[in-house]
Amino acid sequence: MKLRNVLGVAIAAALLSSTAMTYAADVPADAKLAAEQVFKYRVLDNIRALDPQLVEDVDTAYVTNQLFEGLYNAGPDGEPVPGVAESYTANDDFTVFTFKLRDAKWSNGDPVTAQDFVFGWQRAVDPALASTYAYFVGLVNIANADDIVAGKKPLTDLGVKAIDDKTLEVTLRASTPWFPRTLAHGTLFPVNQKVVTEKGADWTKPENIVGNGAYVLAENSPGERVVLKRNPNYWNNDKTVIEEVQFLTINDENQGLTRWRAGEVDQTDVPAGQYPALEAEMPDQVYSVPQFCTYYLSVNMTDSAPDALKDKGVRQALNLAIDRDIIVNAVLQGGQQPAYSFTNPNTAGFTMPTIAAAGMTQEERDAKAKELFAAAGYGPDKPLTLDYIYNTSEAHKAIIVAVSQMWKEKLGVNINMSDMEFAVLSDRRHTQDYELARNAWCGDYNEASTFVSLYDSKSEQNDSGWSNPEVDKLLADAKLAADPGPMYEQIEQIAAEEVPIMPIYFYAKVFLQKPTVKGWPYDNVEQTWYAKDMYITAE
Amino acid sequence: MIAFILKRLAVAIPTLLVLIILSFILMKVAPGSPFSGEKAIPETVMKNILARYGLDKPQWQQLLEYIYNIIFRFDFGPSFVYRDRTVNDIIAQGFPVTVKYGFFAFIFATVIGVAMGIFAAIRHNSWGDYLAVGFTVGAQVVPNFVLAPILVLVFTLWLRWLPGGGWNDGQWNYVVLPVIALATSYVANIARIMRSSMLEVLHSNFIRTARAKGMPGWQVIVKHALKPAMLPVVSYLGPVFVGMITGSVVIDLFFSTGGIGQWFVNSALGRDYSTILGITILLGALTIAANLVVDILYAWIDPKIRY
Repeated sequence: MKLRNVLGVAIAAALLSSTAMTYAADVPADAKLAAEQVFKYRVLDNIRALDPQLVEDVDTAYVTNQLFEGLYNAGPDGEPVPGVAESYTANDDFTVFTFKLRDAKWSNGDPVTAQDFVFGWQRAVDPALASTYAYFVGLVNIANADDIVAGKKPLTDLGVKAIDDKTLEVTLRASTPWFPRTLAHGTLFPVNQKVVTEKGADWTKPENIVGNGAYVLAENSPGERVVLKRNPNYWNNDKTVIEEVQFLTINDENQGLTRWRAGEVDQTDVPAGQYPALEAEMPDQVYSVPQFCTYYLSVNMTDSAPDALKDKGVRQALNLAIDRDIIVNAVLQGGQQPAYSFTNPNTAGFTMPTIAAAGMTQEERDAKAKELFAAAGYGPDKPLTLDYIYNTSEAHKAIIVAVSQMWKEKLGVNINMSDMEFAVLSDRRHTQDYELARNAWCGDYNEASTFVSLYDSKSEQNDSGWSNPEVDKLLADAKLAADPGPMYEQIEQIAAEEVPIMPIYFYAKVFLQKPTVKGWPYDNVEQTWYAKDMYITAE
Repeated sequence: MIAFILKRLAVAIPTLLVLIILSFILMKVAPGSPFSGEKAIPETVMKNILARYGLDKPQWQQLLEYIYNIIFRFDFGPSFVYRDRTVNDIIAQGFPVTVKYGFFAFIFATVIGVAMGIFAAIRHNSWGDYLAVGFTVGAQVVPNFVLAPILVLVFTLWLRWLPGGGWNDGQWNYVVLPVIALATSYVANIARIMRSSMLEVLHSNFIRTARAKGMPGWQVIVKHALKPAMLPVVSYLGPVFVGMITGSVVIDLFFSTGGIGQWFVNSALGRDYSTILGITILLGALTIAANLVVDILYAWIDPKIRY
């Protein structure tokens, strides 16, 4: 019998039915617009290269999301909405997608063609460009991506083909019904072949850059600001309301808050620990919305781990003794959710697994933890000491101080904490040069595999070094399954039993926003926003 | 004098070379790399990245090529983190910003500091003196990372006179707060040095002689006392000048000026090898040049010094 992907058909049907609709700033008739349509968004770090295939940090992606447009965009709730593509068709097993492109133009007036996508995607995997996100193209199953990155096949073998100027065909190496969900990612944006080839490395300079998004680059002063102006050549320009977008770099959160109070920025993050006070002060301007990330502690699961951590009972005891409610309610205080499993609950089409520990009271967990710990042979006579590493930050420190206090009181475990620069921490995690380490993961696309694939023993992101043949098999099967949901649940159950990571909480994005800003996608957990969908009202 | 300058320049070149080699080694020894991130990069991708930036070559070869490119092409290489920029681009963008507010801060600190120092010395043990000394002590104990938020609180949030950050192509109102925040502690230092040096000079014999001749008070100060009293201030101004035009990390980060100081810190944290090296060399060369200028000024001010 032919494999029939129920979930995939459902997604595809939903997408196809929405193809007639496009998304833009939806201004109600009675709204009074501000005379000056400028949106000033504060970013933490310097904006980096505005080359969609080289973007690797979130702040820069916010800028390139305005300058370029992929086949599909993320809608206000995160569901894909048409961008350059008007519609698509897929074959029965979701291995070949054919996209029909609309009449869109580059900011220099050139038409956006299917070849521009082919060029952009080939660029992403081009060993000569050496993009750090080259692996993303393989992650979303585009045929031959990994071999091209490894230099084993030519660029032209990539599974993407321009049938004609307005038709793009994508070939995938496995059934991927969720493929349209990955298209809002910058790595899969088109770039203008003529401009990139002619200007070389300088093509992203303000005087050269050509994009197909609703905005064009007006000024790029890293460390200070990046300014974008409306692109009159954008296909849906008639619906654009905001004229100018400014990205203001402010390295300090409290200074961000001060400048927000001074009216110099329209949006900024709430400094750690200040959510309750600011919420009380101005409830209509403080937001806490779910974010597509999970905070967890990595456990070294390789041979280099201390003997105690090789004992499953010890790992379980440590995991149970963490009182997540105290962490989210007393330490973080920003609307975060306690986590007992890894995959973010806001993942599209994902049913949260029923983890036993999540259903217990903390007293029950503590009792179980003490029992397991004693059974493993540890206790007052044989105390356990473990090392924990984290990157220097007050927030991370507050969390581990609380956790180590819980472990100390309940199990008598001593924790040696050491903080370090982020570059050092991430290298040590990737090479399993640690015992316990702070960690976090944000989904790259809205499907559960973006989380559970980290449990794959071959994944570069498997910082625990955990290797479980059953999990590996389930992950392989899930790629071909009609409904991978039960497999994901099983993987989460195995992980909850084996404890290669200790999930702590699911993120919340806590920010301040002026009440005049409208059209922000509060329900999009990936926080992918487009200034073209927003507008500013008069005070 | 010419021979002296040439001799100093001849020493400067090997000094810079040693600086490059030491920075290069220290940088490579530090754990982490420009490509360390939350997401581990697959080996195949990493190989491409290293090859692109020539980081797969032996270290000695990287160092030699680096020095060669600087000397013969004045090329400090591409940034590894800001992948559409070269180090030359970064310096060309950040350095003018820093020079602008640094220059104004230097002028501000020197003029106010010297004037305050002279005033305090002339009015020795008066209320004016106590007030000046009080200010200098206060300004010295308040570091700029404390002063900057106070300035923003007062001038941005309360009075709404000046913006709390940004640069806006160096428009005057964006420059004021960075200049004051950077200059204040230097004003205090310069005033203190000037005051004590002036007091010493005012008690020396040649001043007593000048006064005995019946020369008016202000003329004694300007014609006779100022030049010798400036000596310790001038030797202090050399490093101050370099410190100011090479930027203050605190000022750049706090006011988001885009100046070179924040690039220095960010590239060090991000292990952006080529940017750290480029800025280090720039700062090194400026320090050497400023010291040379101070030595020349010394000879001009103090007739006792001959090279």
